[in-house]
Amino acid sequence: MSGTEVIFYIIGTMTALAGIGVVTLRSVVHAALSLVAAVLGVAAVFLLLSVEFLFLTQVLLYGGAVTILLLFALMLTRVRDVPALMVGAQWPLGLLAAGSFFAVFTVSVFDTEWRWARDNEELTSVAFEDIGDTLFRVWAVPFEIASLVLLVALVGAIVLGRQEAGDR
Amino acid sequence: MIPLEHFLVLSGILFSTGIYGVLSRRNAVLILMSVELMLAAVSINMTAFAVYISPDLFTGIIFAVFVIVVAAAEVALGLAIIVRVFRQRASANVDEVASLKW
Repeated sequence: MSGTEVIFYIIGTMTALAGIGVVTLRSVVHAALSLVAAVLGVAAVFLLLSVEFLFLTQVLLYGGAVTILLLFALMLTRVRDVPALMVGAQWPLGLLAAGSFFAVFTVSVFDTEWRWARDNEELTSVAFEDIGDTLFRVWAVPFEIASLVLLVALVGAIVLGRQEAGDR
Repeated sequence: MIPLEHFLVLSGILFSTGIYGVLSRRNAVLILMSVELMLAAVSINMTAFAVYISPDLFTGIIFAVFVIVVAAAEVALGLAIIVRVFRQRASANVDEVASLKW
């Protein structure tokens, strides 16, 4: 087993444990911090896949901005009395759905003959220039639409979150 | 070289924990956090496919970028709605926001 594989399994275990922490921890703040750990683990997986661009985007956007936003929302929606039960009565059904999805997914992954584009050669890192070039040439229209989606969503968020004159 | 399947299984684990969280948590912010987990799992999946199976045009990587963009928009909108609901009902529990349920 090579060094990269050892690192991958360590990071994978940590990410999976952090993900389980997000859905099981009782304290909402602990769950949010666990989400930060999971997101950074995912970023490390991107690095292992030698896609540095996604690594940076993931750390900056998820590890920074999105988690800060989530922590702010937790702060704004704090309730004095924490409910005795963090999960609803339907949690066995949720566990069943998640377990059966995972079973079907794993079986189909190992049942498929994947045709790798490259055989047993080391991964070369994906250059930023190539990604930018492709993004602005081939994927220019989806890129513009994505920027429009962000604009509309953020304007909508401002309109929704604003305190109106009639509000208490 | 790490086999492709192991990346897929990792993303499957993350996605199914996300499913469990979405279906069983009661706090709306925690549900949004589980959705984030599922989106991250999908990003891993598509990036692994892009690196291992179809490296030309970076389709999977670009998709992962778009997933991150849409996730940012979704979190902003979702949290605005949750804060709004909290102002009206003093609770972020999704069981208490059931007016549209039949």
